[in-house]
Amino acid sequence: MSAPARFLRQGVPIVFGITCLLAVLAVIEVLVRFSIINPFIVPLPSDVVLSFRRVILEEHIVPRFLLTCSEALTASVMLSVVGISLGVLLHRKKIVRLAVETWVAALASAPLVLVYPLFLVLFGRSAWTIIMIAFVSALPPVILKTLEGLTGARPVLINVGRSFKLTPSQLYWKILFPAALPNIFVGVRLGMIFALINIVGVEFLINFGGLGQLVNELAERYDLPGTYAAICFVILVSVLFFIGTERIERWLRPGS
Amino acid sequence: MAAADPILSVENIVKRFETQDGVLTAVDDVSFTVNPGEFFSVIGPSGCGKSTLFNVIGGLIDTYDGRVQVGGETVRGPHASVGMIFQEESTFPWRTVIDNVAFPLEIVGMPKAERLERATHFVDLVGLSGFERRYPSELSGGMRQRVSMARTLASEPKILLMDEPFAALDEQTRLLLGDKVLQIQQDLKQTTLLITHNLTEAVQLSDRILVMTYRPGKVKRVVDIKLPRPRSSEIVGSDEFGRYVAQIWNDLREEATRGMNDDEARMARAGARPP
Repeated sequence: MSAPARFLRQGVPIVFGITCLLAVLAVIEVLVRFSIINPFIVPLPSDVVLSFRRVILEEHIVPRFLLTCSEALTASVMLSVVGISLGVLLHRKKIVRLAVETWVAALASAPLVLVYPLFLVLFGRSAWTIIMIAFVSALPPVILKTLEGLTGARPVLINVGRSFKLTPSQLYWKILFPAALPNIFVGVRLGMIFALINIVGVEFLINFGGLGQLVNELAERYDLPGTYAAICFVILVSVLFFIGTERIERWLRPGS
Repeated sequence: MAAADPILSVENIVKRFETQDGVLTAVDDVSFTVNPGEFFSVIGPSGCGKSTLFNVIGGLIDTYDGRVQVGGETVRGPHASVGMIFQEESTFPWRTVIDNVAFPLEIVGMPKAERLERATHFVDLVGLSGFERRYPSELSGGMRQRVSMARTLASEPKILLMDEPFAALDEQTRLLLGDKVLQIQQDLKQTTLLITHNLTEAVQLSDRILVMTYRPGKVKRVVDIKLPRPRSSEIVGSDEFGRYVAQIWNDLREEATRGMNDDEARMARAGARPP
């Protein structure tokens, strides 16, 4: 592919996305400056940008950012391993699927973050409380999407495997699992979003740990630009994890 | 085994399915043989049990009455001697062309260098040289079907079993791919069994054509196609080709009409039922 063609295909969407973001921020800036949006609720985007330096230097953002990242990473690895394994189990054991699938789906909409006192009792005021709440809350989408991917594999691909006399194990690992990977990754990404929301939320609630605690502290000081700057770092964690999973998916299942 | 012995023998196959309306006999006492190197087609209207027969011979259905023999050996279930090409697009989207074609060789544990060399040969055979590192999503429907064909051929089956492999393609691509199939079949002397509902395709490719009746699927007639070989798609313009098509259509028209009437009656009954 030539350089101009590559720019058209990859560069233009990025430039367009950034332009849209800047345009939205500019509109908000104008609306806040003219008090159409209450400046006591929404700070000026320019003030948020200017507060980044202060938040980075004075609020120890790097260790907090790394702490939230490590909590999110631990929860993501746990929910990927456990969630995918449970999805596979539900696919292989029909009786288990019939017995628990509805319960798993119901669990997906349960506000588990509200039982954080129970987790505090179990794990103490530590990172493990935050990780475990995130893990449990984010598990259902991974299980359900894994199950959906495996049950939705195209029958003709399974018939190809059968025609080549694949063993059940080969059929699973060579055909069913790769065929299910796009769905599995949708589940993992959803799970990671749920996990990150819960991590930051519980950090905020128990005033412990990384970015959530920082958002809490800045909000209590009524430092609105700083609060929004800290929220930007939460978004950065989400973006980094999203890019990471996309890379892993492309590596595991090229050609999509 | 004597040279004249059939490589495939299908004997008295009967397959019934349990349905909501009772037991449905999809295939009823179908018997035929295919000789080594022969191109044999089974043609019939929709619902005559062609695909059921495909699955029985390929071993994907193993509960039926009757017997399937390959090279004198009775087979039930998938068998290495029978390579299947499916109607639906069946390449693995996560594998490149070369890795798709090498798949059956990987399964039998062939060393990587050897299997890639073999796979390259079959990619070349189906005319896809230069596309080895492409993914199926980067290929046309016809190219993807050729990848499936190369993958099945790479397993070197005694019998190539194809279920309407070009059904999803346009007529021109279908004719050109027919040329490719003929060339491969002639080069490899590959015994081929084609299941189709396409008259032109069947006459263009086959040495013999078995015409099936509409439900239950029985053998109506076997027609010898005495068109000269080697053939190409140019033969579709000949008078002799037209005569064969007309002759087989005479047999099929009655069955296809029965099928259509049956479908309409079933839909009318379904419409008359209370919701």
